[in-house]
Amino acid sequence: MAKKVPVQFTLNGEERAEFVESGATLLKALRERHGDTSPKGGCHQGTCGACSVMVDGDLVLSCLTLAETCEGRDVSTAAGLSQDGVMHPLQRAFLDGFAAQCGFCTPGMLMAAKALLDENPNPSREDVVEAISGNICRCTGYEPIIQAVLSAARANSHVAA
Amino acid sequence: MIRLAKDYFADQRQDDLKQLGQGLQRSDVPGHVTGKTAYFADRSYPGMLHLKMVRSPHHHARIRSIDTSEAEKHPGVAKVLTHKDVPHNVYTILILIQIGPEDEQVLAADKVRWKGEAVVAVLADSERAANEAAAKVRIDYEVLPAVFDIDEALAPGAPLVNEYHGNNYYTYDSGSHRKVRFGDVEKGFAEADHILEQTYWSSPIEHAPTETTGCIVVPEGNDRFTCYTNTQAMFFTLDNTSIILQMPGHKLHFVGGTVGGGFGGKVDVTVEPIAILASKMTGKPVSFVYSREEEMQVSSARAAEKIVIKDGISKDGRILARKVTGYTDAGAYSRHSPYGAQKGAAHYPGPYTVPNVWIDTYCVYTNRTPSSAMRGFGVTIADFALEVQMDKLARLIGMDPLEFRFLNAYRDGDMKAHRQPTEGAALIECMQEASRAANWPVAEKYLQMSSYGEK
Amino acid sequence: MPLSLQSFPTVGEAQSALSAGAARYMGGGTLVVRAANEGDLSFETFVRATDRSLREISVADGTATLGASVTMAEIARHPELSTIASAARAVGGPAVRNMATVGGNLFAPAPYGDFSVALLALDATVHTGGRELLIEEFLAGRDAFDGIVTSVRFQLPAADAFRFAKVSRVKPKGISVLSIAAVIEEAADGTVGAARIALGCMGDRPMRATAAEKALVGKTLTEDGIADAVAAIGEGTAPLTDAVASAWYRGEVLPVHFRRLMLA
Repeated sequence: MAKKVPVQFTLNGEERAEFVESGATLLKALRERHGDTSPKGGCHQGTCGACSVMVDGDLVLSCLTLAETCEGRDVSTAAGLSQDGVMHPLQRAFLDGFAAQCGFCTPGMLMAAKALLDENPNPSREDVVEAISGNICRCTGYEPIIQAVLSAARANSHVAA
Repeated sequence: MIRLAKDYFADQRQDDLKQLGQGLQRSDVPGHVTGKTAYFADRSYPGMLHLKMVRSPHHHARIRSIDTSEAEKHPGVAKVLTHKDVPHNVYTILILIQIGPEDEQVLAADKVRWKGEAVVAVLADSERAANEAAAKVRIDYEVLPAVFDIDEALAPGAPLVNEYHGNNYYTYDSGSHRKVRFGDVEKGFAEADHILEQTYWSSPIEHAPTETTGCIVVPEGNDRFTCYTNTQAMFFTLDNTSIILQMPGHKLHFVGGTVGGGFGGKVDVTVEPIAILASKMTGKPVSFVYSREEEMQVSSARAAEKIVIKDGISKDGRILARKVTGYTDAGAYSRHSPYGAQKGAAHYPGPYTVPNVWIDTYCVYTNRTPSSAMRGFGVTIADFALEVQMDKLARLIGMDPLEFRFLNAYRDGDMKAHRQPTEGAALIECMQEASRAANWPVAEKYLQMSSYGEK
Repeated sequence: MPLSLQSFPTVGEAQSALSAGAARYMGGGTLVVRAANEGDLSFETFVRATDRSLREISVADGTATLGASVTMAEIARHPELSTIASAARAVGGPAVRNMATVGGNLFAPAPYGDFSVALLALDATVHTGGRELLIEEFLAGRDAFDGIVTSVRFQLPAADAFRFAKVSRVKPKGISVLSIAAVIEEAADGTVGAARIALGCMGDRPMRATAAEKALVGKTLTEDGIADAVAAIGEGTAPLTDAVASAWYRGEVLPVHFRRLMLA
């Protein structure tokens, strides 16, 4: 039987502590132990970006991050983007701009976009393309996603990230 | 960006379009952007077993023996399944609409016909333990010669891929291929000023959905099984599972609906029957999810095709005769490919009025990953070939390629090769709009044409 | 056996755990966790060292020292490493760059390992367990290497001396068709005084293009001046065939991209 280890971190601002299997990925821990299924497992090899989350403000792939390495850190996921039932401008823009089709890449795409806007609230189109370059979408063809991120940046320009 | 050109055919309908041209919010997107949409894998159960498949490393081989004894002893292993455990091991999807014969094994018994074919299913309490046990399954193969493309498969003396068919092609009620015969194609060629025969090839294309194929099965207390799946073909899958497992349909409760990208690649019946069987035999929830590698290598792809088009045209730009021979590479098993090849026959000669037409389409078996549905399968590659051919024909006689298409476009009242009179055609009007949108100038007389009215 | 992670405060302790067998050293996880996810059964323990010094970047007297756990993102945004930032930015997407480390990149099999191509052109030294290896020596022996890389060190090139190109079929980012890194030093007379050129995907690991280097010395970076180097750039290469490109294709386009890089 796999050894279980306690791991404590904040998830979308909430204190969380769970036992996880040693060597388990953050993706598995979030989905199976913390009930946060917003990060998706698309490839488990770091190429699709569907599992993208932020750890201490940095965008990372939760499928390649071991849960134990997040001890004491600050984890945020797409499930935490809405505040008090109000969507984040990125969510609103994806919704209004048809930037999601099957929706599987959407949580990861949103986190990649969030990481960009946190760093650079007024990105150029090239900045957006670069920011989502590690996230694969097989349905929309990227253009609506790029437009949604740009429009969220415009809508968000007066809001602190 | 979207503009409704309501002036076309205005006299043929009432102008009561309320939704067309309007942007509507999709009902599922709020769930997508908040991460709340539930995909099949967004659930886990205490005691859930993980299924890993031992697959053929060979393209074509006879199975001499299968030894699962070491795998069964591996820590964490709950069950190891072979063909002996599958009640009705040889199936074919389209048997539901009487398109047989059954030609594919759920778990290979005597022979494997493609690299990646499922042979042994290992169930363990973790993915790691399942992988470790899978590595301990011993299968003794006698490697057989294999064929990898349409020409090799149809060459005299080629190794037989699939014994259930007896030939390396599917046998329709019309024989070795689907046929369309219209007018007198040889007479048309004799009258033509130019003849152009070209061969077009395409490779298989993987759908590569971001969510891989999979399902989670939960045994219910009442001897029923709930199968959470991302199939695109719920009832095909349910009915085929019912046949394969020899279980009445009311024992099987399928829950689906949300698919993380399918594009046609999730219409085959691949994970559900064996996962339900595993759940039945162990009494535990079972998860069977393709790895990314399996999705790319094992899930069915768009078929490779070979298309030979021979056209006879007059020097003023009329297509007088068109002969097409299309070949669809089904891979080792039928799945949806006999239907795909038939669709090809129904699709040629394209949206053009041609007085003399001859079409043959074949569904061919090779030792490759079975191909199946993908976005317009049987038609998409056909259109690629047809439209490249149209450009070549226009160039041959020095005509503008769009004007050449105007001249040959089917219009209302034209008899199609399948003996259906054309109705409701709007190709002329679409091309007129396209020429304007793309700034592609065409002569005024083509802008005056209509899909109906005199020639 | 189930997987587990063992973390140690020092490299020495991590080295001992690694030597106990069935273990793999983990930097950023982009290679090792991926392997485990894909069913690699050859190890059961992830070993890592959390020593802060592994995460340090220092630049002094024109020499850069990068700790093995320094990420591509940290290199890309470091103000004193701007001359080589293009090579760090060539790796993965933003998430991969936040994870992937200098040390890990040294072990990345082709078509990965674009940053190591740059390190090879930069004539870096690889530091491990008190030893210092030339990068060529290290790359040649990496399959049998069972130690822990602690840092790499190299002379920072002059601002316009370093050139880097990664070619991929997906824009703006994709797996390498090939990558080229070059350090071109100008002589007093304006010709090329010295050149180090490294190639990625032209073998199973980064390699030098020594014939092209020789052909470049004494020449100017003009169409005529680089002609011999362009002709020689493929010499000794054994390009990879994979899902991204065939060996033939890589061989065909290498001179094209090399020429563009030299004339840029």
